[in-house]
Amino acid sequence: MGRLAETFFNAEVIATYLPALLSGFRVTLELAAAVVTLGILLGLALAMLRAFRFRLLNGLIVAFVDVFRTLPQLVVMVFAYFGLPYAGITISAFAAAVLGLALVLAAFAEEAFWAAITAIPRGQWEAARSTGLSFGQALASVVMPQAVRIAIPLLTNRTIAITKGTALASVISVPEILDKAQSAMSISANASPLIVGAGLYLAIFGPFVVASRWLERRYGWII
Amino acid sequence: MADAPFLLEIDGLHKSFGDLEVLKGVSLRVRPREVIIVIGPSGSGKSTLLRCINRLEEPTRGVIRVDGIELSARGVDLNRARKDIGMVFQAFNLYPHLTALGNVALALRKVLRMSRQEAEARGRRMLERVGLADKASAYPGELSGGQQQRVAIARALALEPKLMLFDEPTSALDPELVGGVLRVMRDLRDEGMTMVVVTHEMSFARDGGDRVLFMDGGEVVEEGPPSTIFRNPAHQRTREFLQRVLHA
Repeated sequence: MGRLAETFFNAEVIATYLPALLSGFRVTLELAAAVVTLGILLGLALAMLRAFRFRLLNGLIVAFVDVFRTLPQLVVMVFAYFGLPYAGITISAFAAAVLGLALVLAAFAEEAFWAAITAIPRGQWEAARSTGLSFGQALASVVMPQAVRIAIPLLTNRTIAITKGTALASVISVPEILDKAQSAMSISANASPLIVGAGLYLAIFGPFVVASRWLERRYGWII
Repeated sequence: MADAPFLLEIDGLHKSFGDLEVLKGVSLRVRPREVIIVIGPSGSGKSTLLRCINRLEEPTRGVIRVDGIELSARGVDLNRARKDIGMVFQAFNLYPHLTALGNVALALRKVLRMSRQEAEARGRRMLERVGLADKASAYPGELSGGQQQRVAIARALALEPKLMLFDEPTSALDPELVGGVLRVMRDLRDEGMTMVVVTHEMSFARDGGDRVLFMDGGEVVEEGPPSTIFRNPAHQRTREFLQRVLHA
């Protein structure tokens, strides 16, 4: 028993590495915020563009979506960090991580918003257009407010799953929670930093999950 | 073109969906303040005719003119033309995320570019007109079908259209709610609104309009004053249809 506590809940080790872990906590928070914001907004923009049904553009959007739904986010991340420099484009590890996760989230978000847009009854469009609203106005003022509500339950799980992927950024040495926990673990030869790290993930994504449930209840009505 | 003799002119209107010819050359003239009732069996093309008038449906061939503006022409400013043509749908099609007032005010703000205050003031007047002043802040889901349809009428009226199109406005309503909607439509008629009404409500067809059009198979089979159509129809098909709906 004593050995177990010493290995996983070692107060001395925790006290030593807590500042490093908390700085990782901050980086993970920043990563998550950037990924969710960029991913959802880009997905929303792509779905709205797709509603205009320009053939060439829609082909490109569908291709983008299918590629990034297929690729593992780690591959996108590693490519952005280690691959792009060969093309003369160098971005920070943080930016590469955000890019990798946000593009994948955007692809799934686009599909959720698009499914919701197509679920809006035709009569809604017709009512809007019959009063002189343009296509874009009908989309923005009548269709999207309803589509977003329908998309929320489709989006929340995906968003949580992909945003948790911020831990993958440790692979390209973004100083986030897992990265800090792993180096602390190898220096101290003790697993306690990882336990603290897991607790910090819970502290971020626990409220996230609760908030998504609240969102689903509040706005997730179906017409 | 304010003194044009006809507010609505339709010439040789054809509409096909693939191989299915739904309208086979319909022509119609409607004078200002006239109320036209369109009756006929389902699938006769009544709703399609109505939906071609504001081009929710794209005519295959033919000319449509509303207040002198050729709606069927290429490059016509449809959004501007549609301001003058109000439409009321069978399924109401209210926006479920907006209140009754929000439904009525939306186009006033977006199309007429009114301020929120102006739009809401006019919106309230319109709701008052259809007897729903007290429901301004209710959402469609909180209203009965009859109330929803009256909000939809207010929404169409708010743009001060010259022509109102009604596509089976009472067909989705419980019988006890039909009266309230018909009352609003009669008030509109008495105020001089020009209306084309597709309906199965034979009582309204009989006394609500100036002229009745009987359509069958994509054509206008017969038209005339209600008294003639209902008491003395000239065509066998009209007689058969009336027999069916009046003695059902």
